[in-house]
Amino acid sequence: MLLWLVATLTFLLIRLAPGDPAALLVAPDADAATLARQRAAFGLDGSLLAQYGRWIIALLQGDLGTSLARAIPVRTVISEALPYSLWLGSLSLMGSVLLGVMMGSWQARRAGSTADGVATVAGTMLYAAPHFWLALGLVVLATTGAATLGLPANLRLPAFGVRTAAVELDGVAALGDLLRHSVLPLTVLTLTGAAGIARYARSAMRAAWRAPHVMSARARGLTDARVRRGHVLRNALTPLIVLVGLALPGVVAGSVFVEQVFAWPGLGRTMLAAIASRDYPVVLGLTLLYASVVIVANLVADLLVQRVDPRRSATAHDGGVRA
Amino acid sequence: MNASGPKQRVRRDPRLLIGSALLAALCAGAVLGPLLTPGDPLAIGDVMATRLLPPFSRSTTGAWHLLGTDAFGRDVLGRLLVAARLSLSVGVLGSVLAAGLGVVIGAVAAWRGGWVDRLLLALGDTLLAVPRLVLLLVIAALWGPGLGTVVSVLALTGWMGVARLVRADVLGVRALPYVEAARALGASSSRTLWRHVLPNALSSAAVAAALGVGSAITLESGLSFLGLGIQPPAPSWGNMIASGRDWLLIAPWIALAPGVALIVTVVSATLLGDALSERAASPGRAVPSSP
Repeated sequence: MLLWLVATLTFLLIRLAPGDPAALLVAPDADAATLARQRAAFGLDGSLLAQYGRWIIALLQGDLGTSLARAIPVRTVISEALPYSLWLGSLSLMGSVLLGVMMGSWQARRAGSTADGVATVAGTMLYAAPHFWLALGLVVLATTGAATLGLPANLRLPAFGVRTAAVELDGVAALGDLLRHSVLPLTVLTLTGAAGIARYARSAMRAAWRAPHVMSARARGLTDARVRRGHVLRNALTPLIVLVGLALPGVVAGSVFVEQVFAWPGLGRTMLAAIASRDYPVVLGLTLLYASVVIVANLVADLLVQRVDPRRSATAHDGGVRA
Repeated sequence: MNASGPKQRVRRDPRLLIGSALLAALCAGAVLGPLLTPGDPLAIGDVMATRLLPPFSRSTTGAWHLLGTDAFGRDVLGRLLVAARLSLSVGVLGSVLAAGLGVVIGAVAAWRGGWVDRLLLALGDTLLAVPRLVLLLVIAALWGPGLGTVVSVLALTGWMGVARLVRADVLGVRALPYVEAARALGASSSRTLWRHVLPNALSSAAVAAALGVGSAITLESGLSFLGLGIQPPAPSWGNMIASGRDWLLIAPWIALAPGVALIVTVVSATLLGDALSERAASPGRAVPSSP
């Protein structure tokens, strides 16, 4: 239902925009008949309602249409780029959750101290820095920075693309090459993501440390480590799960810039290229994909929260969880 | 900190002080700076003589360039300050308009109820399901880039959170006895809403607007970096970074300076927003700034 609304909204948004995609595809001096043929070939003829009807019916059959710019199915365009984005996205999401929760819990235990203050300032700055700027900074470090320091060639990290050009590698060597190319984009995505998560993890854990049952556990003489594992983390888990669900759009947004700067052939770059060339079917398909990822993530987060915290299942229906 | 009363905490909260001091300094720089820096920051003079001068150097015309010059010989500091005018006003305008839209939509949804409520909620959920950047990219690209587009797009994609908060507030307030009293005295439905109900539901919207400034500025810079926001030669921090991209190795200051300006601005807006939201939040109703 929600997905259908997203689909309709995006369709309208794109089709009501000024500009005629068919006019871009034919020669500037083409006559009206050629233009009309081109429109018909891409399903751009007829009323808006008829176009919408055709598109929705095709969509229900799993057909996302054909890319206007590349003349191959949108599904192929997406499935070419998807693995690259999934690779970066999942690794960096895991990394930032791990790092962010660790950082947040370390800070929560020392709340108010100088170390906590320094970490908070550093985290806020990292969180505020635009992805593309950090990415450009890393490019400079990895290229001229490494050259100035005189790092040996095998320690220098490649700043662009996913694999070394013009070299055929297989098996372990290919994987190693991919990993080397992933280091810089992953660093940007993981650090910024972790900075955002640490902010929330810190306040969630701090609240949990102050709860009466934690005080009583510490009064009973349990060690810090046991209290943290058994009493604090458990109670801070609910807001964290919700947070990871909410952080996903941020991962998508970050990846658009990071993929652009590091020439990473994932969904974000595909999206930018499709927008630049007014490739409507690809833009529509990608928007739907992004929306379904967000919807599914929120759903999974809701379900997980109910599993972790049975008290929530009663209130989950009035939307309190997703506020 | 937690032991002191709420009043004391507000006065002592360093984030409020630092955040507002930094923002005030930025605004002052943005307003006064362009009047003080040498020459027109947009004009291009003798390019070969003045291009890519490092920071703290003097050009042949005798003008000081504290932050150096860019590839066209324009003073980076001067452009930075002109860009600050644009970026700050886009950020503030975008998030205030978004919050305003959210207040109106949330209030109308809660007050009218029925199908209006359901329709507006569905619209909000739909927009929330698409990552904001994707929406921004699509709209900005298709409707032609520019200042007006950026501001309206920020407003159109940023109202959903505020609308939810205001809707919940209005629903809560409208059951209170004084609202009933106002209606019993003969106030019309819309008068009751705007004069009696809404003012009691505005604090959360104000906090959300404050928190939104930082992310609005970041998004604007991102769009401008990609060439979909503010168009050169008008300077924006985002398009200044983009233009410094080709000179990273020879003249890193071109991209460095606007990046630092962005971080300082967003940090101070975030500090201010956090402090305000903590101050306004009743238990269990903190407003998270969107990542």
